[in-house]
Amino acid sequence: MKRKLDILKNGLFKENPVLILVLGCCSVLAVSVTVLGGLGMGIALTFVLVCSNVVISLLRKVIPDKVRIPCYIVIIAAFVTLVEMIVKAFLPALYESLGVFLSLIVVNCIVLGRAEMFASKNTVGDSFFDGLGMGLGYTMVITGISIVRELLGSGTLFGLRIIPEGFQIGIITQPPGGFFTFGCAMAILVAAMAKKGKKFVPPVGCGGDCAGCGAACQEKEAVK
Amino acid sequence: MSDLAKIPFILFTMILTENYVLVQFLGICPFLGVSQNLSSSLGMSGAVIFVMTLASAATWAIYTYLMVPFGLEYLSTIIFILVIAALVQLVEIAMKKFLPPLYKALGIYLPLITTNCAVLAVTLLNIDEGYGFLPAVADGFGAGVGFALALVLFCGVRKALDRARPPKAFEGLPITLVAAAFTSMAFMGFSGMAESLFG
Repeated sequence: MKRKLDILKNGLFKENPVLILVLGCCSVLAVSVTVLGGLGMGIALTFVLVCSNVVISLLRKVIPDKVRIPCYIVIIAAFVTLVEMIVKAFLPALYESLGVFLSLIVVNCIVLGRAEMFASKNTVGDSFFDGLGMGLGYTMVITGISIVRELLGSGTLFGLRIIPEGFQIGIITQPPGGFFTFGCAMAILVAAMAKKGKKFVPPVGCGGDCAGCGAACQEKEAVK
Repeated sequence: MSDLAKIPFILFTMILTENYVLVQFLGICPFLGVSQNLSSSLGMSGAVIFVMTLASAATWAIYTYLMVPFGLEYLSTIIFILVIAALVQLVEIAMKKFLPPLYKALGIYLPLITTNCAVLAVTLLNIDEGYGFLPAVADGFGAGVGFALALVLFCGVRKALDRARPPKAFEGLPITLVAAAFTSMAFMGFSGMAESLFG
């Protein structure tokens, strides 16, 4: 059980997919305008990640090595379609606010990266907790960033007014505010780690090669 | 507005006012990953323009002539990603055989594009907007050119950043993101312009 807990914590803190591994930042930047949108996106991604990790781990001995990436994409896309249908049917307002980013979970680096790096090599139970940890890690960061952006940008939290009208900084809800808030969040993390005596250099993107990126990151760590 | 008349408007919005990278946050990974030097930015941009244009045309045709008649619209995400993956493979093989110089320039960037969210997004948004064939292709091309513009511009910004000395905690990616915020602010200046020019 301790191992499962460690895997969970790994996704939440030590290898947080957004802040430490810097994966899947498109949706973090775009959807974090409102807390409800951020939270909804986080839950949707966690669901897809847990399901795809479990199924891929179950099939890991059946899927031929050569065509594994297309197989993973089909499995992930099936779950994304499921989530899309559920959200569209029961939460139309959330569906509107997430827009195309709900469908784009298919190509989210976190999901494909975990499939390639973890689920394809580990047991079903471990993969379940890895998916849950990574998903919750993502949810935590996107919710945190959206709290800051909604509070400063619109002066509200969950739609309730906190800061009086006229005192909000509108640009924080605009695209530049997204980049800025994310950059600051990362700088705070670097500073906090430095205080603890740990040096952390955020990796600078992966060129879009999501599946290969995880492997490359691991190699780099091994060299260090 | 007829399909043909829509094209300048689509190109203008896609490249400037609704720029995929800086305004809509699509394709951030390659934007941060390959904008470190100009030659790789150009290679990546070329590959993205090429694949986006082709993917828009291919998915539009498949959606209109296969998926709609059979009532399979709800499968668009899953089918489009497969079409894009297959298309990228085909383009790679064809390019290697018939256009070796182009393959040399763009080849290593092609496999990275399958999982680029901007490519899947442009195909899905074409359907959402209800575009006809020509506007859809123009949309794909414009989105690609917008991506290229953002990438090349930002490459220049990063060159200047290399010489800057930000606070210690901001070194590397954080300051790059803050610089991206300012580049994106420049693009906000175009908002509303498309409507007044072509409206």
